[in-house]
Amino acid sequence: MCLSIPARIVKIDGTTADVSVGGALFKAGLQLLDDVKEGDYVLLHAGFAIQKVSEKDAQETLDILNELCNDSGRA
Amino acid sequence: MRFIEEYRNGDLIGRLAETIRKTAAGNYDFMEVCGGHTAAIRRFGLTSILPPGINLISGPGCPVCVTSIDFIDRLVAYSRLHDTVIATFGDLLRVPGSQSSLESERSAGADIRIVFSGFEALRMAESEPLKTVIFPGIGFETTAPGTAVVIKQAAAMRLKNFLVLSAHKVMPPAMEVVAGDGANIDGFICPGHVASVTGSDPYRFLPEKYKIGCVVSGFEPLDLLQSVLMLVNQKNCRKPLVEIQYSRAVTPEGNTKAQRLLCEVFESCNATWRGFGTIPGSGLKIRDLFASFDAEAVIPLDLKSPAENISCICGEILRGIKKPCDCMLFRNACTPDNPVGACMVSSEGSCNTFFRFS
Repeated sequence: MCLSIPARIVKIDGTTADVSVGGALFKAGLQLLDDVKEGDYVLLHAGFAIQKVSEKDAQETLDILNELCNDSGRA
Repeated sequence: MRFIEEYRNGDLIGRLAETIRKTAAGNYDFMEVCGGHTAAIRRFGLTSILPPGINLISGPGCPVCVTSIDFIDRLVAYSRLHDTVIATFGDLLRVPGSQSSLESERSAGADIRIVFSGFEALRMAESEPLKTVIFPGIGFETTAPGTAVVIKQAAAMRLKNFLVLSAHKVMPPAMEVVAGDGANIDGFICPGHVASVTGSDPYRFLPEKYKIGCVVSGFEPLDLLQSVLMLVNQKNCRKPLVEIQYSRAVTPEGNTKAQRLLCEVFESCNATWRGFGTIPGSGLKIRDLFASFDAEAVIPLDLKSPAENISCICGEILRGIKKPCDCMLFRNACTPDNPVGACMVSSEGSCNTFFRFS
């Protein structure tokens, strides 16, 4: 129920945006977020963008995961 | 897809599971609170690659599963009113009430339509002014801000035929009940999408008051395994903390704009949770300022006391005390095609996911 999907903002029209989820287009209300722009990734939930997805933090998590897994190889 | 596939890397999953096996020593009981986590854990078979000492227990974080029978009974009664449309998320359709479900009422001719967003219900009310459209507000802090936006929009449009029946709930009070319930939880995997709105700060009471660690987790296999590893490390070091694994979407303070909108439209109230009874301060009630959109205020009903199937153990399953296979109805009288309890209805319910993936 709380499922949210990362979606890329394709086009903004006032408080609504067209967002792409793997190429499929959906409408998303932008009322819950400030400062979003086309190209940003947001979490899409029940017709609303509820949070921005941080590319920097996403990469950091992947770096940490790679480090944890390399530790397992060396151990 | 971005932010999904990279967290499903099979090679990394195998190696991370190996790291967990080397780090874990003894027994660990962790509760994944969110139904989305339960579904992901079962769907990706994560329990089969974790060491046997790590026990993952499903919690009360599936909004459909904890919806009270009384709420369904009320919707069923509304659906029988003349010129009334129930515009609902599909998840609610098959949840059994005392005597009937929305699905049965629809078969009998009631006007019940599935929507994917509250906005669709609002547009329906706008385009069909002779009908009253009732939107059942279910879901936690992830979903409730959207309902708040829709109610504000209805007020701005001065709509007279749009109502919300709110069963919106907040997560921390239910987790506090579990923490104080003697369920012996070593750590909580906290709901990532709820926390994308609320932030991780509302969970600080868990380590501070109950000495239970928690990690706010994402929903992909690598997210969940990393969260398990973080909880194992917390228990090994005896240092319960609030940590964020899902940092690409969660901060300690969360989405403050969504929180403000939520508070503008809703206020805290006591709420009934299936399996728990009344939990103080766990519900969201529409404020008096917006009472003309509150179905309960506009169309009061005098309902009979709700009746629950006495053999159903959904309540104990939701509290983490029993598992679906402990229920005599599971796979027999209760299946996804013919659910008795709410945990078998939702695709995120424990019984439904156990049925499909175990």
